[in-house]
Amino acid sequence: MVRMLLSRLAQAMLVMLAVTALSFTMFRFVGDPVQLMSREDASVTEREALRDSLGLNDPILVQYGRFLGRIASGDLGISFRNQRDVAELIAERAPATLELVLVATILSLLVGIPAGVLCALRPNGVLSRLVQSGSLVGISVPTFVTGTLLILVFSVTLRWLPSFGRGQTVDLGWWTTGFLTPSGRAALVLPSLTLALYSMTLIMRLIRSEMIDILSTDYVRFARARGLPSWYIHFRLALKNAMMPVITVTGLQVGSLIAFAIVTETIFQWPGLGLLFMQAVIFVDIPVMTAYLLLVAGVFVVINTLVDLTYALVDPRLRTRGV
Amino acid sequence: MSLRNTFTAFAVAGLMASTASAEVLRWSSQGDIVTLDPYAHTESFTSSVLHHIYEPLVRRSKTLEIEPALATDWEIVDPTRWRFTLREGVTFHDGAPFTADDVVASVERMLHPDSRSRGNLSQVTGVEKVDDYTVDFIMDGPYPLLLNDLSGVFIMDNEWMTEHDALEPGNIATGKTSYASTHANGTGPFVLDSYAPDVGTVMSVNDSWWDEPEHNLTGIEFRPITSDATRVAALMSGELDMIAPVPLQDINRLEAAPGFSVEQEPALRLIFLGLNYRDELLGMPGEPNPLLDVNVRKALWHGINHDGLREKVMRGNSRTVGSMVAPPVPGYSEDSDVPLEFDPELAKQMLADAGYPDGFSVKLDCPNDRYINDEAICVAVKAMWEQMGLSVALNTESRATYFPKASNGETDIYMLGWATLPAMDGWSVIRALLATQDGSMGGNNYNGLSDPRIDEIAAQVAVELDEDKRRALMSEALQIVHDEAYYIPLHQQPVAMALRDGVTVPQFPDEYIRLWFATTE
Repeated sequence: MVRMLLSRLAQAMLVMLAVTALSFTMFRFVGDPVQLMSREDASVTEREALRDSLGLNDPILVQYGRFLGRIASGDLGISFRNQRDVAELIAERAPATLELVLVATILSLLVGIPAGVLCALRPNGVLSRLVQSGSLVGISVPTFVTGTLLILVFSVTLRWLPSFGRGQTVDLGWWTTGFLTPSGRAALVLPSLTLALYSMTLIMRLIRSEMIDILSTDYVRFARARGLPSWYIHFRLALKNAMMPVITVTGLQVGSLIAFAIVTETIFQWPGLGLLFMQAVIFVDIPVMTAYLLLVAGVFVVINTLVDLTYALVDPRLRTRGV
Repeated sequence: MSLRNTFTAFAVAGLMASTASAEVLRWSSQGDIVTLDPYAHTESFTSSVLHHIYEPLVRRSKTLEIEPALATDWEIVDPTRWRFTLREGVTFHDGAPFTADDVVASVERMLHPDSRSRGNLSQVTGVEKVDDYTVDFIMDGPYPLLLNDLSGVFIMDNEWMTEHDALEPGNIATGKTSYASTHANGTGPFVLDSYAPDVGTVMSVNDSWWDEPEHNLTGIEFRPITSDATRVAALMSGELDMIAPVPLQDINRLEAAPGFSVEQEPALRLIFLGLNYRDELLGMPGEPNPLLDVNVRKALWHGINHDGLREKVMRGNSRTVGSMVAPPVPGYSEDSDVPLEFDPELAKQMLADAGYPDGFSVKLDCPNDRYINDEAICVAVKAMWEQMGLSVALNTESRATYFPKASNGETDIYMLGWATLPAMDGWSVIRALLATQDGSMGGNNYNGLSDPRIDEIAAQVAVELDEDKRRALMSEALQIVHDEAYYIPLHQQPVAMALRDGVTVPQFPDEYIRLWFATTE
């Protein structure tokens, strides 16, 4: 077990190193920050001075080495664009994204699981047919379309919910939360719904197919033959077993929700990490882009490692194979 | 008891908030400000927002003339020394008085090697305090545009900077961040209440402002919204009072909506096509460059259907131009603002006479996210030129990769927009786009344009203190550009803002938002 843990950690470190190298080579082709940051009519000398002060005139390997050294000492550098600590920028933005992802995840579970059960139990019912065809929309319509539609309906036409921003937030010192104010909660509705739509559909379809499979297994048939009550069969036997893959997928979905909140955050001007990254891309703010990619890669690596380790704990067969 | 009292308190607070917010102007734009530090950026939008908090020695009036602000008077002691008399009785938002020490500290901070906007004051070598309300600016030579430059130099408080260790600007290389990038203390008509990147900047009125306010606002809430659709939706849902700029595709919709109006006028920004003046074209290596022939350049100009561009691509919202500066800019002359008319037959004939009866191959490079409808314009121009028999290889890309490419001279024909900001003077075009490239001149003259007479004029304009002579020289240079078709001007971009009824905000061609002229009911 310890050996497996160590090998997983070593793998994780390797992945992170690969991400830094990749992002560093990639950003050479994103554009030239000096062009975007200097005055329109800046002279050649002026631009060169700025390029020098950003350290962009050094060989790429020197820049990469310097970057790795800084990362190793826990320093993410300073934003090219607004000259603030990248770590500070990320800490400032993380609460917005994490709250959004949390609400979206809860929402997708709360809606996805009952809907999936319904579709599995009454595959031919009117309601489940409606849910099924509705889910096609959720999985195929791109986020920016659903987001814009929701804004048109609930903000412009009905004027029930705000179309942008986080509302009023409460600063707890190390965390800003939108949960504690009415406007903060109202602001969460549309973005979290937009973000949740895809994973909601995914979970619903997963539960449905898993449950249909399980409902036709022998042990369910035997349970029926024994005369066990149907709620017990459906929820204790079938649903519980169908939840295994859902847990895995939800775990991974949290990672992709954080990573793909970019579009949702841009539509709703949600001041989170995705929006920060978007701005950084537009202005070729290399330190911020690198830090964001590292963060997202880190989240995925941690989640994957945890999932693998849990598997090993849950399933003894995997444990022995691991050793 | 307490619950009920609390409710009453809330109700009263709510009532007060809603009456107070009646004169709070809520507005949005596409991007957020970069920083609160006036010397740590070079963006005119950020300057425009910061101008509500910070003030320069001289400012732009409602008609964009330069007028006294923190300085009341100035004189030229000798060509390299200008003396400014400062306004007395002005205080910063924290209560500290405004004196010559603040001007000296501010200018020294701006001239510091780490200051990003150092180039905005490039001719100034130093500043000297004469007495508490008099300062001298020292320059490295005679320089006619000092006032234009100073209108963009915001004055910070010496004591405040000293107290917060902000006398030097931030530096990326050494990892120094500045207190001034997240805090502000100016003398302007509004006081900063809060600033959160991508969330918003909130200001309240400065009751002890030295000037007589023309506005009736009690506060300003600036909320950046990146997405065009959301920004328009937020205005229509009543969450905002004003958006600037308005996306072109939404102008008609907003004009038709009850309760909203759209105001637009030509901006200072002109769009034109730059040309390659090297020996060979990238699109036709190994052969002589046809663009070196003035008749070929004129033929290309004659081949552009300006009315078609304006009506089809710009939806009737642009103004076709023949010059490189907009009418309000010094150096502009009507004679140079005559576009060559659209005449495909003549264009073909001119090409044939120049020895290219079957056209030639050329590359056309354009950004797709920098100017209004930039990509669509280039697609249309390509089609027009191909009708003349040219073979045009069009390439459009994001500004992040486009501008580095253009500035490396890796283009044949390329799109460029110029607004002459922040100086608002024809000198900006002559210095950056027309003069032969060397260390200090021709910073954006990427592709080898070199005209001896223009260089001569540039050298004279740089030091000419007589305004009439200076303007005449600049007009002459711009006339040469027109007659030689060194650049192919296309049009003047529009600037548009949308307002809720009851809100009045004057619009400016330099695209600055000046809410100290705004009123709301």
